[in-house]
Amino acid sequence: MPHDHSDHPHSLLPPDPALRVKALETLLTRKGLVDPAALDVIIDTYENKIGPRNGARVVAKAWRDPAFRQALLEDATPVVADLGYYGRQGEHVVVVENTAQTHNMVVCTLCSCYPWPLLGIPPAWYKSDAYRARAVREPRKVLQDFGVTLAENTAVRVWDSTAEVRYLVLPERPAGTEGLDEAELMALVTRDSMIGTGFPRTPDQAAP
Amino acid sequence: MTRPHDMGGRFGDGPVLPDQDAHVFEKDWHARALAVTLASGSLGQWNIDISRHARERLSPKDYARFSYYEKWMAGLADLLVERGVVTPDEMAGGTPTSSPLAARMLKAERVPAVLASGGPADRPSDVSALFSVGDWIVTRKIAANRLVEGGHTRLPRYAAGARGQILRYHGTHVLPDSAAHGLGDAAEPLYAVVFPATELWAHPEYPADEVVLDLWQSYLKAVE
Repeated sequence: MPHDHSDHPHSLLPPDPALRVKALETLLTRKGLVDPAALDVIIDTYENKIGPRNGARVVAKAWRDPAFRQALLEDATPVVADLGYYGRQGEHVVVVENTAQTHNMVVCTLCSCYPWPLLGIPPAWYKSDAYRARAVREPRKVLQDFGVTLAENTAVRVWDSTAEVRYLVLPERPAGTEGLDEAELMALVTRDSMIGTGFPRTPDQAAP
Repeated sequence: MTRPHDMGGRFGDGPVLPDQDAHVFEKDWHARALAVTLASGSLGQWNIDISRHARERLSPKDYARFSYYEKWMAGLADLLVERGVVTPDEMAGGTPTSSPLAARMLKAERVPAVLASGGPADRPSDVSALFSVGDWIVTRKIAANRLVEGGHTRLPRYAAGARGQILRYHGTHVLPDSAAHGLGDAAEPLYAVVFPATELWAHPEYPADEVVLDLWQSYLKAVE
């Protein structure tokens, strides 16, 4: 048997979650196992340095450069690593392309696997029971919760991230974006469009 | 046979609530919980499969009532005690003693390199690939670990006994069913397998919809 037990050690900690975390951090610090300054660096990394702008840059490049797009769809891991996007929860990357026929959408039904180096830490909804439970069975109803409606006859392909492969959706390039540079295109790429629960902005919706 | 994390396809969870401009961490303690978990992992006392399984084997009651990062904290606390890193007395607030693992403590200056180097799951393997892209397979009828009763597996229940087609070969990867129980990496071929929605659900939304899962070779059998 795996280590099921009735005397769960976690029940020894204070019940309030914030106090529980504090108690663990303090205990591990006093035992010389955790450096609080290292925790600050980890948090700063995912709050300020690694986030969906990374993925947006990959998408904008793919929209502008057919050879880059081709290489990305064939074997994304070395292509995004060349841009500096490699590391924890992004060691094996596959990019899947939306077309008029197929809309891709990513979930992790068993936990919360997500391409951290490209999109950062997953949002709360991605980790929620409702998304994990429903995305594979009724993707269109889930998309309605995001205000997204697919064209008729578009098939949905849902990717359940059950291994250490991380998926990024390459959304369709919006109409009317010919001639935009990389930075202008990046401004159109939303986080949700790279998970498959949204579309990119159109130029008239572009964030300033 | 099943555990509460295996929720793909479940009914009754209500709407998904998208956030528009939410912070990366909704609460300060969420950020600390993530950071403490990552820092503790670098002590090298467990792998990612062991830590996933620690969250999955919370009691169904705890799994349901704990928020996301509470599950992380509970899984971490359980592992720290099970692995002898922390004593139950220390966990309950007793005076801590210094740890022989202190030399492995993740220092702030090493964090960027550790996060950037990651932990790839592909490994060389003697197991040769039995399937090619386009082959039809059927998954195990029972989505359960074959090495350890009640153990970790990555075949969700909703995809058990289903017919699908090999879509992509990922190379040979660590087998979670083995690695989660300290039984070695046991790397074997890993495939992306595509299933028609009609194969998985009694009432699929649209007949052409598909679900793709990454599945290890030992989860699969050939079909004609």
